[in-house]
Amino acid sequence: MSSQSNRVIELEGVWKTYRMGDQDVHALAGVDLTIERGSFWAISGSSGSGKSTMLNLLGCLDRPTKGCYSLEGQDISKTSDDELSDLRLQHLGFVFQNFNLIPQLTVQENIELPLFYQGVDASEAAERAIAIADRVGLSERLGHRPTELSGGQQQRVAIARALSNNPSVLLADEPTGNLDTATGDAIMELLTELHDQGKTIIMVTHEPEIAAYAQVQLVMRDGKVESLTQSTPFKKEPVSNSNEALA
Amino acid sequence: MISSRFFRNIQLGIKTLLLHKMRSILTMLGMVFGVGAVIAMLAVGEGASKEAIDQISRLGSQNIIINSQEPIEQATSGSNRIRMNIYGLLYDDMARIESSFSTVVRTVPAKLIRGEGRIGSRTAELRLVGTTPDWFELVSRELLAGRVILQRDMEQSANVVVLTEHGARKLLAGRTAVGSQVRINKGFYKVIGIIKSESTQSGSMQTPDQQIDAYIPLKVAKERFGDITVTRGNGSNSREMIELHQLIVQVDDIANVEATAAGIERVLSMYHPKGDYRTSVPLALLRQAEATQRTFNIVLGSIAGISLLIGGIGIMNIMLASVTERTREIGIRRAIGARRNQIIGQFLIETVVLSVTGGFIGIGIGLLIPWLITIVADMPTVVTMWSVLLSVAISIGIGVIFGMYPAMRAANLDPIVALRHE
Repeated sequence: MSSQSNRVIELEGVWKTYRMGDQDVHALAGVDLTIERGSFWAISGSSGSGKSTMLNLLGCLDRPTKGCYSLEGQDISKTSDDELSDLRLQHLGFVFQNFNLIPQLTVQENIELPLFYQGVDASEAAERAIAIADRVGLSERLGHRPTELSGGQQQRVAIARALSNNPSVLLADEPTGNLDTATGDAIMELLTELHDQGKTIIMVTHEPEIAAYAQVQLVMRDGKVESLTQSTPFKKEPVSNSNEALA
Repeated sequence: MISSRFFRNIQLGIKTLLLHKMRSILTMLGMVFGVGAVIAMLAVGEGASKEAIDQISRLGSQNIIINSQEPIEQATSGSNRIRMNIYGLLYDDMARIESSFSTVVRTVPAKLIRGEGRIGSRTAELRLVGTTPDWFELVSRELLAGRVILQRDMEQSANVVVLTEHGARKLLAGRTAVGSQVRINKGFYKVIGIIKSESTQSGSMQTPDQQIDAYIPLKVAKERFGDITVTRGNGSNSREMIELHQLIVQVDDIANVEATAAGIERVLSMYHPKGDYRTSVPLALLRQAEATQRTFNIVLGSIAGISLLIGGIGIMNIMLASVTERTREIGIRRAIGARRNQIIGQFLIETVVLSVTGGFIGIGIGLLIPWLITIVADMPTVVTMWSVLLSVAISIGIGVIFGMYPAMRAANLDPIVALRHE
């Protein structure tokens, strides 16, 4: 880690333009951004502000129409589809609003999925999955199916899966959107904890209370950065309650 | 590492298919019946052809059979009340054939006379065959008792007869018939042997031997019956003069049969301008049977092929539905970092697992059906190794071919769109 640049993500004049009928819609209209290693960002904005496009782009699911996006010093604007897949596999972890676990796989198999695609051998993958499950408090649910778990537990599985390949950046898209407040708070505690351990986290949310957990609040409007606020991370009550809230 | 991923993909594929057991089973049915049909049809076809070919080879694939035949124009002109109809093969023909062709191993003549055998009060309809010892070399059948006609019987004009098993049973129960005297028409003959008969008919051709045969030395037949046969009709007698009714020519090698047959035809046509003979070549019949079999196989194969095609389309249909249903899963896998080829691999493996499983069940059915046919309908069936191997290859091939399109469709989904799919 020490040899790498402190800037994980750099955006320079990034545009993303969609063609709708005979009209060009600029989902992103010239965004400049630098995200430093170990920071915790919250991106918010009204619908149509371009925050989803931003997340897709940062997640290497899409390429900019114009401008330059580099992830870990690698410019993604001219990469092939396979190279984008590899970048996601090596450097990124996704957490979604609706958890997006694969229903026919067990908790452990879901967590191992990135390792499976990396070609890590089965015994090592199992070892790592068990360690990560322990870290997010799921050691006793490894053999269960996602459908047998509560929403909060499913989101923990998703976080464990996103962490299993030890990514540079954890991308979370409305991670608490499908959870009740108490469970959502517990998930946010977990993310904060991960951030404290040095993970770079980028989160998209429309809830100010959730955004308040982050270090940096970025608000988007009409495809542009409207405001950028640095704040001291909001710390809630002691972490000890969070596990009970989950159960 | 790659192979372990491959096995885990297979494992995952089986697991996914087991999630929808009913659907997987229904999808497989097309393959099951397709493969079952291929093997069963080929087994029935193969069995039928084996039987036909066995029958024909019993006629002797190295043989050329020449029969006397009443010429057509003489049969229609009948002004004379007493008329002699002279036609057919001559003793000279036999000599000509034997001296003209180096490929001819032996020539067996036969005089065929209808008769009635009688021992005591028992009677049996018989076909007297006046022939030479060579007959028993050519039409080799199991000797059940006694001996066959030998050269010395010819020289001595011995009044001996060899009966078939069937004839012996009719005239006298069992093998004790050897040594007893049988009266045939007006003469007495000593039974010297009993022989098995394997009379079968194949198309227009009949084996040289029949169940009702009674073999006597040719010389005896000539002396006792002469060459003239009188048939009593209503008001008039028709008389025929035939020296030999049949000549069976054995050729040294199957490869020479057709050329020799053509040569014999040429020689005979010089001496028999009336065309009072007919040559038949069992080998040609065999060839014909094989050609028929090929056609039969192609037809059966096409039907089975169509059912396999339909089975394949069924699988493709379900896989396309499955891709739509699992769009989100595909999106998740792509977001995590799966390459397009890995998605293709996953879906392809699923299709192949489905089609190969169906294929194996189909092989089971394909083995069971011929077995049942043989038991119930008493039809011969032969399951060949290659039909089973072919079915395995076809089921893998169908999995790959019909799995490719759904798999490509899955892999080409835009991950962003796929993730948003409900």
